[in-house]
Amino acid sequence: MSGQPDTHHEESFWRKYIFSIDHKVIGLQYGITALIFLFFGFCLMMMMRWQLAYPEQPMPWFGWLFGETGVMLPEMYNSLGAMHGTVMIFLGVVPLAVGAFGNYFVPLQIGAPDMAFPKLNMTSYWCYFAGGIVMMVGFFVPGGAANSGWTSYPPLADIATTGQTVWLFGMVLLITSSLLGSINTITTIVQLRAKGLTWMRLPFFVWSQFVTAFLLLLAFPPLEAAGVLQLMDRLLDTSFFLPSGLIVSGEVLNVSGGGSPLLWQHMFWFLAHPEVYVLILPAMGIVAEVLSNNTRKPLWGYKSIVYASSFLGFMSFIVWAHHMFMTGMGSTISAFFQTTTMIISVPSVVILTAMFISLWGASIRYNSAMLFALGFLPMFGIGGLTGLPLGIAASDIHLHDTYYVIGHFHYVVAPGTIFALFAGVYYWFPKMTGKTLNETLGKIHFWLSMIFINGIFMPMFVQGLAGVSRRLWDGGASYAHATDTLWLNEVMSASAWLLGLAQIPFIYNLIKSMKSGEKAESNHWDATTLEWTDAPSPPLPHRNFEVIPEVYRGPYEYSVPGADKDFTPQSEA
Amino acid sequence: MEIPYNVEERQDTGMFNAKLGIWLFLASEVMLFGGLFSAYVFLRMGDVTGTFISGASELNIPLATFNTLVLISSSVTMIMSWVSLKLGEQKKFKTYLGTTLLLAGVFLVVKYFEYTAKFHHGIFPETSTFFAIYFTLTGLHMLHIIGGMVVIFYFLVPGSKMMNTESERFTNRIEIVGLYWHFVDLVWIFLFPVLYLL
Repeated sequence: MSGQPDTHHEESFWRKYIFSIDHKVIGLQYGITALIFLFFGFCLMMMMRWQLAYPEQPMPWFGWLFGETGVMLPEMYNSLGAMHGTVMIFLGVVPLAVGAFGNYFVPLQIGAPDMAFPKLNMTSYWCYFAGGIVMMVGFFVPGGAANSGWTSYPPLADIATTGQTVWLFGMVLLITSSLLGSINTITTIVQLRAKGLTWMRLPFFVWSQFVTAFLLLLAFPPLEAAGVLQLMDRLLDTSFFLPSGLIVSGEVLNVSGGGSPLLWQHMFWFLAHPEVYVLILPAMGIVAEVLSNNTRKPLWGYKSIVYASSFLGFMSFIVWAHHMFMTGMGSTISAFFQTTTMIISVPSVVILTAMFISLWGASIRYNSAMLFALGFLPMFGIGGLTGLPLGIAASDIHLHDTYYVIGHFHYVVAPGTIFALFAGVYYWFPKMTGKTLNETLGKIHFWLSMIFINGIFMPMFVQGLAGVSRRLWDGGASYAHATDTLWLNEVMSASAWLLGLAQIPFIYNLIKSMKSGEKAESNHWDATTLEWTDAPSPPLPHRNFEVIPEVYRGPYEYSVPGADKDFTPQSEA
Repeated sequence: MEIPYNVEERQDTGMFNAKLGIWLFLASEVMLFGGLFSAYVFLRMGDVTGTFISGASELNIPLATFNTLVLISSSVTMIMSWVSLKLGEQKKFKTYLGTTLLLAGVFLVVKYFEYTAKFHHGIFPETSTFFAIYFTLTGLHMLHIIGGMVVIFYFLVPGSKMMNTESERFTNRIEIVGLYWHFVDLVWIFLFPVLYLL
């Protein structure tokens, strides 16, 4: 800080670190909170994996959580399942991808001093935080946390224990948070781009955040509406989702009836399908940055990727009912949604193909960030391609609600999105902290994660094709279908716990490097985008740049023939 | 550092930040009410016992018509207050904005009598899916009215100092409030025929 009178004044601790309106501090708040929730959601899953591998055996070390016997009861298993999904998606991955990386790097990459609405930005973080706390409170109410699955299907969810009400209140807060965040992101990108930064000069990461923000803005409100309706059902005894003559525990439920459980599914998936693209698009954005930087080549087909991602965003609003082929909604509707689902796979393939071609003929720098980005490509490929049989109504009959589905979407989100987020952490850590991460630890982290994460999810395809249903408390032990594939449960569980251990080098690396890592240069990776070329590491509080840069060229001008170095910054005239 | 285009328009987009912000917010609101209207359609299509027809016949159409007129008038006074501000007539601005607030209050009072009349006849949200969606939609709409009233009150009394210190910014803010208020008005224009007349 060079003593600029307009910005340089001492801020109190609270203003600077807790109720900050600086997008970088808020981004870090999002990042740290989301990483903690990510780890928490992972712990829930590790407990479930004990029950699946060794059904009804007392759990070592953590058995006290389930009472004297140390055995996990079915109700508890259901709670853990519902909360694992909720925590991972709404409290972990999306806040990390959008709240942390989006918040931190969108203003930097477009040459803006901050987000367009800094106070709104702070509000959206605290709504998210409050939503997280409310979700956690669920574990302590009678009957435990929500236990109707992360999808909260009624009628079950309508008559479930108090935890479901808490879950709904938590969701309303989280939805509010992402609505405020998405308004902020779109306004920032439209209004605050630096001089010369036209739409086709935006780094793809910014584009991905732009499309994502539209999905959040327009897909979340119907879920909020659905949440309000379910709250009405639970608190005011309405029957939005309860059909007439519903019998619960042998007695006719005393409600007016006339509602429809299918209505919830439509409203829920209208959000939850675009949500899939909310999870994957920012990941693609990060991978595009890392790939281009470490191949030292322009991203292949930049415009195709931009158009494809916009088309993807649009299409994601009209595919939702492919989650509902088995509900009996009719073959005409199924045919429509099957067709749109096949169409939406095209832009995903365009993006992935362009990324693969970007590798062609490059002299690749294999650093930790690049390894994770490279890992993303085949993993997302597996996740995407295994989705096709689920999108076709006929083959979905066999696969619906089996472990195949679990394997499919975890390949997209875990070794897909989360690997991309790791790539983002390794790539941008020097910018955020001014310190470098240890490369050796990073590579250990990558290779161990890569092996074990496949150990968890690959066997799920086998089990699922064999017909093992998801959400079975005993992992299929009492299920005739499962006998041949039951041994895989132990393989998956061991992989899960080892994957947990494989995160130790990462956590150690983060803390150690933050304290005593080597100092990073401002353009640590010889990159071309504004956050590296024009802002110091870490960027200046509240204004990012000494001088707001001007932009003269596209985002990925690497190895330009005739240039004196192998990267030409966007801000170089 | 000041954030650019907070007050003045950006040339290539023709907007100041908050104007884009409020339009995006309204887009999400369209999806919120759109979701609920879709729920209405879905439930009505599955309504074999005719609760939607019999339910609608129990609603008070004259009162709702009166309320429709009240809200439309409040939208007119809202825009008049913005115009007055643009012309620099601060006194008129206060009168018009005050009238908007008053009309919003009238709407709520009428709605209160409608609600209590229903309760006296033993009609509650749990009575049928029609009344469930009726109370949800009108209740959510009322929350939007109350939210708008809070903001209007803020600009009328505690926040009105900005009128003299940063007049352009203040005018922008009133424009934003106006956009929101017209939207809330518009929602009612849809609610009225859908719930009362169909």
